[in-house]
Amino acid sequence: MNTLSKKNSTPLISAKKLTCIREERLLFDELSLEISAGDIVQVEGPNGSGKTSLLRILSGLSQPYDGKIFYKNQLISRCREEFHQNLLYFGHLSGVKGEMTAEENLDFNLALHGNNTTESLAYLANVNLAGFEDSLASHLSAGQHRRIALARLYQSHAPIWILDEPFTAIDKQGVASLEQLFIAHAARGGCVILTTHQDLITIKPEQVTKITLDYSYDSAFD
Amino acid sequence: MTLKANAEQATKHSVTKHTTIKSSSTESLSAESVIMGKVSIEHISLESSTLKSTTLESHTQSSPQLSYRHAFMLVLKRDLTIAMRHKDDIINPLLFFVIVVTLFPLGIGPEAQTLSRIAPGIIWVAALLATLLSLDRLFKSDHLDGSLEQMLLSPHPIFILVLAKIFAHWLITGLPLILIAPLLAVLLHLDERSYTALLLTLLLGTPVLSLLGAVGVALTVGIKKGGVLLSLLVLPLYIPVLIFATSAIDTAALGLPYSGQLAIIAALFFGSLTLAPFAVGAALKVSTN
Amino acid sequence: MWKWLHPYANPEVSYHLTNKLLPWFSGLAAVFLTIGLVWALLFAPADYQQGDSFRIFYVHVPAASLSMGIYFAMAIAAFSSLVWQLKLADASAAAIAPVGAAFTAIALITGAAWGKPMWGTWWIWDARLTSELILLFLYLGVIALHNAFEDKNLAGKAAGILTLVGVINIPIIKYSVDWWNTLHQGSTVSKLGKPSMSLDMLWPFIFSFIGFSFLVGVIICLRFRNEILARNSIRPWVRELVKNKAC
Repeated sequence: MNTLSKKNSTPLISAKKLTCIREERLLFDELSLEISAGDIVQVEGPNGSGKTSLLRILSGLSQPYDGKIFYKNQLISRCREEFHQNLLYFGHLSGVKGEMTAEENLDFNLALHGNNTTESLAYLANVNLAGFEDSLASHLSAGQHRRIALARLYQSHAPIWILDEPFTAIDKQGVASLEQLFIAHAARGGCVILTTHQDLITIKPEQVTKITLDYSYDSAFD
Repeated sequence: MTLKANAEQATKHSVTKHTTIKSSSTESLSAESVIMGKVSIEHISLESSTLKSTTLESHTQSSPQLSYRHAFMLVLKRDLTIAMRHKDDIINPLLFFVIVVTLFPLGIGPEAQTLSRIAPGIIWVAALLATLLSLDRLFKSDHLDGSLEQMLLSPHPIFILVLAKIFAHWLITGLPLILIAPLLAVLLHLDERSYTALLLTLLLGTPVLSLLGAVGVALTVGIKKGGVLLSLLVLPLYIPVLIFATSAIDTAALGLPYSGQLAIIAALFFGSLTLAPFAVGAALKVSTN
Repeated sequence: MWKWLHPYANPEVSYHLTNKLLPWFSGLAAVFLTIGLVWALLFAPADYQQGDSFRIFYVHVPAASLSMGIYFAMAIAAFSSLVWQLKLADASAAAIAPVGAAFTAIALITGAAWGKPMWGTWWIWDARLTSELILLFLYLGVIALHNAFEDKNLAGKAAGILTLVGVINIPIIKYSVDWWNTLHQGSTVSKLGKPSMSLDMLWPFIFSFIGFSFLVGVIICLRFRNEILARNSIRPWVRELVKNKAC
């Protein structure tokens, strides 16, 4: 009920006429979108079609060639602090330092975004890293690094989740529990924007909005 | 998931509370107490869900976790922890500093007079190069493992985080240089009257090197072979510090007051302290683009 | 107040503007340079101390002052590109940098060439020459940074930040070098610099200065056009233009 009423009000994040050019290649042109509370959005497209670029632009990490991003109808450059407080971005790189332990890494990431760090052990257990909290991250595998970074999802108050390939190097059971997390997050008024190469297991197709990027260069000007 | 867990926790609490109260009054009403408990479960879970969604809706700005000092200390502590577990990052630039300085007498000759004449220049040029060598570490590894973009996405102002990183860098590289400089001054027969001047100029000047250098690293961190480019960008900017610092040391050797030069270096320090973090922030945004 | 500038944020409009400006600039540059240089090299009186070697000043001084001016122009372009996100300002900064570097190099070479007969050595750590040398380093840094990025857009932004850092530092560097020079003043150094000129020396000097300024304008216009075309190569109007040229 809550989510329905919110859908009619201002979108959490919206983009107007985004154009992205990378290495003289046009990835997408005049792309506009509105994402409201309760939405789960999957960005699709072949490799190099600009999925990551789109997510980075939406999170404000990259600048589009042209176009604007809004958080609750405010330009994100005008409300940077507020937008970042309400955003959780998970990229290709896990942001985990090898010199610190799993717990220290998670604590730092949580504190950096203004979250509570008291329960970080429990979050590590949520991503099957119980018992690894005191091992240096350099002794852990790439998949475990990603799970350290993903543990942040269990604490985040941020309504906007932008997740670039969150399921990479995660086993099937982990994927299912992450998907449950996404559904719960959407249900309580958040939104999830993600890319993935795998099919979603437990999230039903009707729960997902899909954005397909297959902008072809030739059709643009002919 | 969090929501569920929280709600469950809350209800557990309420159940135990209710039951304890009820049981203390009468034992026969235990069944009712459970019902009461159930009612309160729904009530509380509803409340907690609305509470949850409001926190999602508008995140409070005045959260105590978000103070500038807190953010500064957080990043500073992290960088120092990493440096302490990776000690060669501290030792290697220092060794470089010592070795470069010892090369000069070998190249020029051991006459004490010549050496003491050029000692200020040698120590300062070596300090510039040692700083330059250590700069790469400032943002490079953070950029490679993605923690830099997480910092840029944090709600804290970038210049606070940048300032903390630069301060950590100075503590790790600048401070050891200052501590070892008197030893090198002895090797180079520096005039005894200029020891204080040497220490003071290093104390005021090395932070400037870290601050200006940070701008250069921030600009080149995204480039694959940024090392040589970095020196091309940064070294010309170091010239004023070099000129005034060496001149202060020379003046001190003559027994004259050198407070003017120190004041100028201090001005350079405060100028770069206020401006450099913003330039670094802007440059990092470009580099992570 | 700035309304009239807005159309020029459009690359196509700017491109046509350079088309209109170019003939004027090149015409004026040709006229002023011919008059100025012929007058300076053939008719102006020789300096009573320095003789004919003084005439290199008609090239050296315009090049030196333009080299500094071009950096400031580049800084203004960089500033507007960073603050107002004008992509064209980026393009113009990119167009300006090598021109500035070239003029700095000319100033250095002519300075050294003048130094040989005057000081008997090619190089002296004179304050002006030293500042000019450091300015050249700053230019080369901007150009190198610009070339290091694959993406032209990012390159422009990064080089822009460096330009602004440089422009804050130029006065500081210049001041510190001047100060350093007076401190280490040798006995024989005679400064390059402001000899009081008689009028028949001043006029050809003014002509050649204006001529060189227009020459800079011409070169920058040409480079700016190329930058616009290169950056907008996927836009329809550029393709149109190329088709028309080809016919």
